[in-house]
Amino acid sequence: MKTYSVLGTRAPRLDAPDKATGRALYTDDLRLPGTLHEALLHSPHAHARIKRIDAGRARAMPGVKAVLTAADVPGIRFGVSPARYDETVFARDKVLYLGDELAAVAAVDREIALEALERIDVEYEPLPIILDARQALSGTAPQIHELYPGNLSATVEQEFGDLASARSQAYRTRTGRLESEMQDAAFLEPQAALAAFDSQGYLTLTSSTQSVHYVQRTVAMVLGLPAHKVRVIKPYVGGGFGPKAACSTLELATCLLARATGRPVKITFSREEVFLHSRARHKFVHDMTLGADRDGRLLFLDHEAMLDGGAYASFGIATVYYAGSLLGGPYRLPAMRYKGIRAVTNKPACGAQRGHGGVIARALFERLLDELAEELGRDPLEIRLLNMMETGDVTCNDLNMSSLGMRQCLEAVRDGSGWASKRGKLPRGKGIGMACGFFVSGAGYPIYRSDTFHSTATIKVQEDGGGVLLHTASAEIGQGSDTAMAMIAAETLGIPLDCVRVKSGDTDLGVDLGAYSSRQTLMTGHAVREAAAGARDQILGAIAALLGVAPADLVIREGRIAAAREGISLDISAIRDRYTKEHRGWTDNPSSGPLTFREASRLAFLERGTIVGIGNYRPPPLGGKFKGAAVGTSPAYGCSAQVVELTVDLETGQVAIESVTDAHDCGKAINLTSVEGQMQGSVAMGLGEALLEQVKFDRMGKIQNPNLSDYKIPTAVDVPPIRTIVIESDEPNGPYGAKEVGEGAIMPTIPAILNALHDATGIRFGKLPVTAERIAAALRGVALRDDPSAESSSCIPKTGVTPPAPYPPKAG
Amino acid sequence: MRKPLRLTVNGQLHQLAVNPYRTLVEVLREDLGLTGTKQGCGEGDCGACTVLLDGVAVNSCLVLAVQAEGRQITTIEGLARPDALHPIQQAFVDHGAIQCGFCTPGVILRVKSFLDENPAPSEAEVRQGIAGNLCRCTGYQKIVEAVLAAATALQPAQGDGP
Repeated sequence: MKTYSVLGTRAPRLDAPDKATGRALYTDDLRLPGTLHEALLHSPHAHARIKRIDAGRARAMPGVKAVLTAADVPGIRFGVSPARYDETVFARDKVLYLGDELAAVAAVDREIALEALERIDVEYEPLPIILDARQALSGTAPQIHELYPGNLSATVEQEFGDLASARSQAYRTRTGRLESEMQDAAFLEPQAALAAFDSQGYLTLTSSTQSVHYVQRTVAMVLGLPAHKVRVIKPYVGGGFGPKAACSTLELATCLLARATGRPVKITFSREEVFLHSRARHKFVHDMTLGADRDGRLLFLDHEAMLDGGAYASFGIATVYYAGSLLGGPYRLPAMRYKGIRAVTNKPACGAQRGHGGVIARALFERLLDELAEELGRDPLEIRLLNMMETGDVTCNDLNMSSLGMRQCLEAVRDGSGWASKRGKLPRGKGIGMACGFFVSGAGYPIYRSDTFHSTATIKVQEDGGGVLLHTASAEIGQGSDTAMAMIAAETLGIPLDCVRVKSGDTDLGVDLGAYSSRQTLMTGHAVREAAAGARDQILGAIAALLGVAPADLVIREGRIAAAREGISLDISAIRDRYTKEHRGWTDNPSSGPLTFREASRLAFLERGTIVGIGNYRPPPLGGKFKGAAVGTSPAYGCSAQVVELTVDLETGQVAIESVTDAHDCGKAINLTSVEGQMQGSVAMGLGEALLEQVKFDRMGKIQNPNLSDYKIPTAVDVPPIRTIVIESDEPNGPYGAKEVGEGAIMPTIPAILNALHDATGIRFGKLPVTAERIAAALRGVALRDDPSAESSSCIPKTGVTPPAPYPPKAG
Repeated sequence: MRKPLRLTVNGQLHQLAVNPYRTLVEVLREDLGLTGTKQGCGEGDCGACTVLLDGVAVNSCLVLAVQAEGRQITTIEGLARPDALHPIQQAFVDHGAIQCGFCTPGVILRVKSFLDENPAPSEAEVRQGIAGNLCRCTGYQKIVEAVLAAATALQPAQGDGP
């Protein structure tokens, strides 16, 4: 095992003191002189034709500087995946959901901006509202979006292995359905944007985004600006979890208003607008049949899924692919068929959220695995150990498990939870359940087709010696990436962490696809390591020349220049003298001991001028040749196992989660505290999604709970103590062996809760969230199995509609 | 119609003129530039805007600025000494209780008010005490650990007298 001086420690986050004292600045905290307040006009109808928009009365108001509607802005379509660019900045002919943006106002203060919205006269012709995916796809529903006949957003059909033969060999099969509801990411910071042009026509957009790069490209494309004239800056961001990864009307309208007024413009969403904008977790319905042989070895998975996508595609094309591809592991599965379909409805667009596409699919798979174990008389943990993949295995859909600590995770939660003494031995009303999962360490391909590097980094050695500046365009959104990148730089350079200063989240600093698909540690980490090694080697080259030794004779260790091996003697007196003479009068010159990094980096500058190390990373070509093969490919995969213990009140259905034991294989843990933080946050989010969270609509398509009182996320009393066990496999494709933790950690939580609920009540729940009301009803026998599959034979309705022209999508 | 207003924030008196419908969080952030206080919902649901009013934690989005006249307001900017973090802040830094940081100022001030009332809480009491402040990142565990550590650090030293 390699030893490190910085990696694997519990170094406090670099940003923690600023965040603890209120100094950390988020987008809404920033102000430029003369900044105008922006407000957006949202449609009050879920589906309507726009007969007329007249902004005359609003424009005439004193204090209003600009009002923009579709007639005033470029009609260029944008979105996430270029093959599904289906949004315009403002609705043009129709509004497609209640909340769709129609116009934006810039005014001297907030009150005037809001009042101006009320003076924009819009005449609507209401159209039939389609809120149900099944109804949308029925073939008789009106077409919602002009690009999508039959309201079909995307379809996927994939088959791997010989399903028919596997099915015929199965000794036992289990079939089930799981239906979820649309959910909200509920990050604490509402989206915000601040845009300003300078007198040379350069645009600077400050945004609460997860990806400055994608926003830069989209803004440039829609505004018709060269990309180099668009700078996007991400200051501190108050959580993202996926929905902040896509460029939005919030950002584009702000830039357009800044151009129209010649003044800085700022907007921050209200909490209600966060819900209206959404781009969060889809509503999924999954049907699966899972078959195993007499010993419990899995033979096949037959899987169909229907996603309610809302009005636009956003990340949803990747979502519908992920919903299938992320079941290829972490168990050996020789054959898998997947049919997925994503419907357009008159609801806010859904997109990426933590565990992108795979979370509900994983929940049903792991529930069925428990059911199979029960049928075969096997322990659920045992059947998982029997089937799990190991390092080097490749899934039937060509995902390469280049490292996989699944066994260690399973054994850790077994031993850590006291599984053997509890499983099957708890009284009615108490339950224990487990589940596993895996996830990508960064999507293998960008969301637009390109050979672009996914991450770049530069490290400039400060000319006066002693410190380095690390620059990336990666996105610190709370997960701790800035600290992790500084740690990788410090380790590689051989210097203390406090010698590294990080700037990130700025398109001026490089290219980085951003914080989505759990990619920063692996991808940005590679670039940072390469940049740091480059800077280090230049310093050592200069010092070696001064000392008359070979560069390979020197290393930097804990901030000092040392001989790489025994038998090399270094006489530093002459070069130390040179440094000291430069610093006459200074009281802290090094006078004894080995040459310091401070001296060495200064002397290297004197010899060579400014020293900059550069790093670039993009994954090698990955995955199979089949349609959609790109989605799910990654240089590496994290995996996890969890055991949940809970108590159900058999009268009221109230659930108390008593404890969670969670093991996650993140490869080399760069920062142990941050890894645990991601695991604990994932469990809390999964707990909320399993038991509490649901965006509710009335029949007019209006969200009934667009606030954090009626949309319940877990509080400190809902979340139990979480025992986190970090498993560190050595990932060959990760920097220092590191891989993901940010999203994969949520995968086992929902199914572990479902399986524990079955242990406590004997009921297999088929609808999420499993609210107290639902549990109480099931306990009263109102719905004995709570299985929605009884309602129809397939989750995908027969449409008779021709799917849109196929295209191979890129991952998101 | 603007109304004259005298606000004492972090021990400093400010003379302002504000519209009477404006909330305390708006005036703190927009008029006084004290942006450490965050607004996450504007409806009293999330706790991100928590400040201390005469030492008691309140949601400053639910308080009109004019209601705070004559009271002692403490925001996150007023907690640390110039040379050192407050022990609660230090515990949050040391225990990894901060991720995105947007809830952090509110949680820390809630904890200040809570520990003033209950200096030696149990873990369950800590969870109850911070239940009005939402955090989406941490799962609360490291926050709870930090609060328990801060409670210990804030205990008056015992047994080291003559």
